[in-house]
Amino acid sequence: MSVLTAVGRQLGARIDAAGYVVDLLLRSGLALHRLPRRIRFTLDMAFNAGVRSLPVTLVVAAFAGAILAMQTGIELRRFGDTAILGTITALSMCREMGPFITGVILAATVGSSMAAEVGTMNVSDEVAALEVMSVDPVDYLVVPRVVALAVMCPTLTVLSNLVGIYGGSVIAEHNLGVSPDLYWISAREALTSSGTALPKEVYVGLFKAVVFGIAVSIVSCASGLRASGGALGVGLAVQAAVRNSVILIIVLGFIVTWFFYFLAG
Amino acid sequence: MIELREVSKRLGGRQILDGMTLAVPKGMNFVLMGPSGSGKSVTLKHVIGILRPDSGSVQVDGQEVPAMGRTQLMALRRRMGYLFQNGALINWLSVEDNVALPLREHGRLGRDETRDRVHEVLRMVRMDHAAAQYPPSISGGMRLRTGLARALVTKPEYVLYDEPNAGLDPIISKQIHELIVEVRDQLGVTGLIVTHSRACAVQCGDRIGILDQGRLGIEGTVDELVHSEHPLARAFLHGGTD
Repeated sequence: MSVLTAVGRQLGARIDAAGYVVDLLLRSGLALHRLPRRIRFTLDMAFNAGVRSLPVTLVVAAFAGAILAMQTGIELRRFGDTAILGTITALSMCREMGPFITGVILAATVGSSMAAEVGTMNVSDEVAALEVMSVDPVDYLVVPRVVALAVMCPTLTVLSNLVGIYGGSVIAEHNLGVSPDLYWISAREALTSSGTALPKEVYVGLFKAVVFGIAVSIVSCASGLRASGGALGVGLAVQAAVRNSVILIIVLGFIVTWFFYFLAG
Repeated sequence: MIELREVSKRLGGRQILDGMTLAVPKGMNFVLMGPSGSGKSVTLKHVIGILRPDSGSVQVDGQEVPAMGRTQLMALRRRMGYLFQNGALINWLSVEDNVALPLREHGRLGRDETRDRVHEVLRMVRMDHAAAQYPPSISGGMRLRTGLARALVTKPEYVLYDEPNAGLDPIISKQIHELIVEVRDQLGVTGLIVTHSRACAVQCGDRIGILDQGRLGIEGTVDELVHSEHPLARAFLHGGTD
């Protein structure tokens, strides 16, 4: 087989997989009206997702906020301008770091588990069993998971933001000599000075979190639904789910920021 | 009646079915045997419309399955049950909820009627005592019996059995075989059974077909094939009890 053929095949497989994800997203959108029948399952999924990822999300967010404050503070101290540390930490957490951290952790914890669950169901004929009972697997398995993560990702992001800003305040106070009052006042002002109900940084961040939640769940379910070949296939599906989710989180994060800050002004 | 005519199917670069022709008259258990990977399960998946043939015709009661739209396919599947190898039960649902799933999803019965119907089929497969248990905590035989109850709960005209005794010991296998016969005799359900097991074929079947190179190599009544000197019949049906 020539190199060109091998590259062509790989490319074809990737396009096919991407097409499947887009198709699954559209089919999930069309099946949303049947969600009320699955509300209990959806709430279970949301609860599990929240509980499973909350501790690690908060720990990572606290350290991310601390690192952010430390790195920024070191430079600001050189210019004697540490008073704006709260502003920078709060804006960075809400706009970028909070949703990013939450999305990646959800991909690693909940997304991997979704891919494993759906993948195992697929290789053990449970998905086929749903089909032969005329139960749509998208409606039954995918939609509740997508809605659960679309709700839980922004919820966890809000907590991440708060904990991250708090993590920054600890560093600001103990390592950079910024008084807590100054830090929190500048953080609060940064998030309330826009004159709108929700400052742009917050709603862009929350919008990103919703997008990340949908992306992680759709990619993970798609990997699971395409799993084949027993335990090995499920393992590969989990690997693909986490890898593709993280790539999508980075790419979509860039696109959303670009859209809100450069395209839509 | 289930009818396949000259069905060919290629999967993963391999010709699985190659001119497969098969007829299963109503009220009969037809056993399909053959080596692993010979296309037995693929045949079942064509009948229920999960797979479409590359060429040829698949008909159920004169209706062309591959030509069916989603609504027609759903209607067809409601008239069919499918017993998967391991039962293919949903792990987070109890035995009772697994069996009730097709009824609840299609909302054809009220809550009380659904419960009554579910317990009726659970009693039939001797699983009523385990209705509250979950699939991971029950044995392989119990999972299969639950799968059979789920296949029967919608009162199907046809049941497709995919390796109904795979991995079971001879005693549990015999119980499953007796249930399959009971389903045919008491409910008048037509069965298409895919198996490797001689015991299953002889105990459950009215007719047996053995796949060879993507098509039926030999077909006949159980008696004809058990006494046949055809190499395929000898390989699959002569010798030990299983």
